[in-house]
Amino acid sequence: MSIATLAQPVSRSSPLPEPPPPIMTMRGVSKGFGQGITRTEVLSNINLKIRPGEFLAVVGFSGSGKTTFTNLLAGLEMPDEGEVLFEGQPITGPGPERGLVFQNYSLLPWLTVRGNIALSVNRVFSHWPSRKRRDHVEKFINMVGLKHAAHRRPHELSGGMRQRTSLARTLAMKPKVLLLDEPLSALDALTRSVLQDEILRIWREEQQTCLMITNDVDEAIIVADRIVALNPGPRASLGPMFSVELARPRNRTELNHDEYFKGLRNAVTNYLVAVRQKDRDDQAARASQPRFELPELEPIVPSKPSVSVFSRSVSNSGQ
Amino acid sequence: MSFRGFLIKVCHVTGLPVLEPFVRLAYGEDPKEQFRGIAKFILVPLLAVGLFLGAWSMAARVVVTDSMKLPGPGETWNAGTQLFAMHFEQRRADAEKQREKARSAIKLYAQAKATEKIAQKSEDPAKQKALQARASVLKRQALDAANYVPSSAPTFVDQIITSLKTVFFGFMVATLIAVPIGILCGMSPWFNAAFNPFIQVFKPVSPLAWLPLAGLVIVWWYSSLQSEPFFSKAFLISAITVSLCSLWPTLVNTTLGVASVDKDYLNVARVLNLSWSQRLFKIILPASLPLMFAGLRISLGVGWMVLIAADMLAQNPGLGKFVWDEFQNGSSLTYARIAFSVIVIGLIGLLLDRFMIFLRNLVSFGNPAAA
Ligand SMILES: Nc1ncnc2c1ncn2[C@@H]1O[C@H](COP(=O)(O)OP(=O)(O)OP(=O)(O)O)[C@@H](O)[C@H]1O
Ligand SMILES: [Mg+2]
Repeated sequence: MSIATLAQPVSRSSPLPEPPPPIMTMRGVSKGFGQGITRTEVLSNINLKIRPGEFLAVVGFSGSGKTTFTNLLAGLEMPDEGEVLFEGQPITGPGPERGLVFQNYSLLPWLTVRGNIALSVNRVFSHWPSRKRRDHVEKFINMVGLKHAAHRRPHELSGGMRQRTSLARTLAMKPKVLLLDEPLSALDALTRSVLQDEILRIWREEQQTCLMITNDVDEAIIVADRIVALNPGPRASLGPMFSVELARPRNRTELNHDEYFKGLRNAVTNYLVAVRQKDRDDQAARASQPRFELPELEPIVPSKPSVSVFSRSVSNSGQ
Repeated sequence: MSFRGFLIKVCHVTGLPVLEPFVRLAYGEDPKEQFRGIAKFILVPLLAVGLFLGAWSMAARVVVTDSMKLPGPGETWNAGTQLFAMHFEQRRADAEKQREKARSAIKLYAQAKATEKIAQKSEDPAKQKALQARASVLKRQALDAANYVPSSAPTFVDQIITSLKTVFFGFMVATLIAVPIGILCGMSPWFNAAFNPFIQVFKPVSPLAWLPLAGLVIVWWYSSLQSEPFFSKAFLISAITVSLCSLWPTLVNTTLGVASVDKDYLNVARVLNLSWSQRLFKIILPASLPLMFAGLRISLGVGWMVLIAADMLAQNPGLGKFVWDEFQNGSSLTYARIAFSVIVIGLIGLLLDRFMIFLRNLVSFGNPAAA
């Protein structure tokens, strides 16, 4: 992307030592859907390295291809070009070591909260004795605070409770990488901040690597170590990486007055707004262009001043 | 959940919203609203039924030929109560006969024992032999009497029971065939492509066309059997005809249900790396149950409708044969009895339908609207 100068936030701490090998890598990944005239290119030339143990946030506008991006990491979709690596090995499909929390929860409506969580536990830890599995399920029901609703079916739950169930189902698989696709977008602000804190607590306790998709810059800054912007599609690519050098735990009310926080928020927001504006301008320019472009013919003229060329061509046509 | 909520849910799942206003009224909810509900579900239907009965009696007075007459509601009702009375009279007579037989069996057995005893005491071997032969004859008679089964002609109620048995047997056979094939068709587009021509062609075929073919196959099959078969020929012909007609709605709906399982659920299965059978039993089947049961409901309705026709033609004992026999008899009660049968057939069809709705709602996770 050729977006010009952006004020990078000033780093407060000294630069990190040589980073460990990435847990997941995307190398030159492109992805589109459909064929022929209906084909849409969604992602193009995505390069990303996810460091083990980090919390990475991806921010982008709706429809820019964020779900496609997570599905590629989860292995639900295969890239058209390039490759996605997990611990150095190309991935061939989805697996329980990369836990995905779906944007629309995708809970099974015929199972209770407990049943939904037990399904994944029984599958991933099928070698455990049943007693241990049951305890494990209960532990995660309690972890997301759904003990009182464990016997309910999804249609009897609020949006936040569904999201917690979906989160618990994935967390209970003990994935090495947790992929969260807009886990909190459908929730109200209060529930949102509560769940942000819970996700952060679990991430710290389980020492997982976490990638969270979000459309909220504040949320990204509060949870993440690094933030990367996804440019608007089609042919979306990744924008610059912002690192968030704020001590944890981060307090929302204090941060609201923090100059560094404000600067970072402005930088990310300005980048997103600018890149979208540019995208719109490009589209407008494309739309106003004539449908049939004239061949680009260079008039062969001897080196003469342009004014005289013009006057000569006028006089030529007049002849 | 409160008990009230539970009751209301029961009303919905059993497909009896009629009862809901009463439950709400009993819990003291806004009476005006509830009376509206009662009016809608009870008073209006009652009024409509009343109007219909009026129109029917009028028609009964008009539709009269030299030898026949359309029976009015009263005659029909009388014919019906008479049919039931005949049934209970028959049952009573049969029971009486059976008791009598049991008594005579005991008597015969006692006689046989006494004869045996005398035979043992007797010294003359020729007399002893004769007495023992007499005793064994008596014993056999006692056994026959004890095993007596009344062989009176089937009554109206017997015919209803036979019809229900036939339709359930046929429906079961159809379900056992249609559900697995539907699942295969839904899961594999190739399989579906192979089956689709058959489904498209055979689905609209009338039961009356199937009947002779089913009959041919059954007769052929029975001729090759050595032992006495468990089912009577006529029963099987009717049941198989029912199966052939009620196969299709289940098959089509199961295919649709399995093919349209939400992609998100399948993605869950992929992330969990579920095996083929786990995917089938934990994801695909539960997700397609509501549509599958909707298909089963249509199938049972079709089956019940077809059965009456099949009974008539195959001369299989059942309601269809009852109607046919009455028609052939041509007694003064014929048309009243047939009219009564029509109503009974309709009511049984209604009950079967309600039962299937109930099952479907049970598998729709307490969310009947979703199905
Ligand atoms: N299976 C598919 N077939 C065809 N097009 C698809 C498919 N999945 C996604 N797309 C297209 O790719 C683009 C990006 O979709 P995607 O769901 O990844 O966006 P998103 O950033 O997750 O949006 P949102 O924020 O609304 O969730 C959209 O234009 C969408 O139409
Ligand atoms: Mg999305």
